[in-house]
Amino acid sequence: MKRRDFLQQTAATTALVTLGGVGLQSFSTSKTKQITILHTNDVHSHIDPFGPDDGRNANKGGVARRANLVEAIRNENPNTLLLDAGDIFQGTPYFNFYGGELEFKLMSMLKYDAATIGNHDFDNGIDGLYKQLPHADFEFVTANYDFSNTIMDTHVKPYKIFVKDGIKIGIFGLGIALDGLVLKSLFKETVYLNPIEIAQDMSRILKEDEQCDLVICLSHLGYNYKNNPNIASDLNLARATKDIDLIIGGHTHTFLRKPTIEKNIIDKNVLVNQVGCYGLYLGRIDFYFDGDKNKSANGTSIIV
Amino acid sequence: MIYKNLILCALICFVTSCKQEVYLNRIEGERLEINDSISSNEVIDNFIKPYRENVNKNLDSVLAYSVETYSKTDGTLNTALGNFMADVVLEQSNPVFKSETGKDIDMVLLNHGGMRSIISKGNITSRTGYQLMPFENSVVVVELKGAIIMEIVAYLQKSKRAHPISNLSIILDADYKLIEAKINNEPIVQDKTYYVATNDYLYGGGDNMTFFKKGDNLHFLNYKIRNALIDYFKKVDTISPAIDNRFIKLN
Repeated sequence: MKRRDFLQQTAATTALVTLGGVGLQSFSTSKTKQITILHTNDVHSHIDPFGPDDGRNANKGGVARRANLVEAIRNENPNTLLLDAGDIFQGTPYFNFYGGELEFKLMSMLKYDAATIGNHDFDNGIDGLYKQLPHADFEFVTANYDFSNTIMDTHVKPYKIFVKDGIKIGIFGLGIALDGLVLKSLFKETVYLNPIEIAQDMSRILKEDEQCDLVICLSHLGYNYKNNPNIASDLNLARATKDIDLIIGGHTHTFLRKPTIEKNIIDKNVLVNQVGCYGLYLGRIDFYFDGDKNKSANGTSIIV
Repeated sequence: MIYKNLILCALICFVTSCKQEVYLNRIEGERLEINDSISSNEVIDNFIKPYRENVNKNLDSVLAYSVETYSKTDGTLNTALGNFMADVVLEQSNPVFKSETGKDIDMVLLNHGGMRSIISKGNITSRTGYQLMPFENSVVVVELKGAIIMEIVAYLQKSKRAHPISNLSIILDADYKLIEAKINNEPIVQDKTYYVATNDYLYGGGDNMTFFKKGDNLHFLNYKIRNALIDYFKKVDTISPAIDNRFIKLN
């Protein structure tokens, strides 16, 4: 560091401390800030681990184990967000017996920050989903479902902004087309809006209007449809938008060994990740921010 | 002087919401496996415990008795297990369909791969229903003309598999050529509308059953196949399904 820069920093910091004792950390330009994003998708009511005799997933998964893993990471970095990309419901008798109550209560105990709504979350009808909302201490974000003529009106936000260590993180959600996937009698008057267009609006709002440092999309569109490449998917979404840093996906139960790096519409990198299903894995993405522009002059380095 | 300017700058910065430029320098991503190397959180585990015990108690309470062990591999063109599943879907779904439409279901078609376990000799519990049908598929009734029913018959004839059927009967000769196909013990009429029950997965083209999409109308019953099985187990004391003549090949 140049001596002059050092002096400037010191002076500015001192001034602020005397002004009110705030901002020492947020104004320090040399400190690296770390934001950790943890994510699950398509857990499908898999609360207990798979048993030792399971043909495919023996001894894997389990909410109680996930709780300890998340806790350990939070202890290491308190600036952590825990997210879910939908299809929380349906898949074990826990859902059939309790309608999703236990799933939401446990996610609240694990301190999930936000989730998007998957098609199976309508399996007990939109009323069945609404009924379980009191058990969820986290926010639901879905920008492309218009719930205004349903019981869910005002209970789902298009996006939510979190501030961690002075870093502003905007998270918006996207849901899949319900027609043909969910019975109309279950989703009722929920209106599905074009997710790509909505994502373009959302990323503009979060990046330009809200000035977020990080924009994350929680998507239940599905990773990619090889036989139907025109169907809205996470890869299409990444290519057709800008200012999204990370797309966390679900629906297609895609087990990615590592996040996919895709180019967006202005040729910048977007990360797309999905961790299969049933709580077998936890996805982890760490973002490191710096006050020093020179460090990022050659672009953001991605290590996956 | 410079010092004063700096204070001013800092003050302006402070007043205008303290927005400090940060730059994203580095991203790291990894996948963490949840396995038995991670200890379970005791608070969470204790919270789940009463739910788990209640679920298990319910799943393991005896609903009926199975006289034998039935498997989808016992039989050639029809199996006791498949006949049981298709017949249960007909018996349980028909009252639901009739109350909605005033019509009766004419036949049922499921798929052989959809039987996910055996039914073991002895006590039947709700868990049996979950094992046999772990998927969440529901009953749908499709309106199909007789001509499309003949496509179903051709599909079964060609596949030579014991896809579960009910109220449809097919006789093939030694060379798998069709001798006769009947619904309700009557010949199939080309332009007559038949009400065919299946599940939403097969309606969607699962197992290459593309003929369902040629149907005129679709009725969702909002009745899961598994629930139909469990409701049936609750209704009866004993099950003893058998291989019969619904789909046979003459020697």
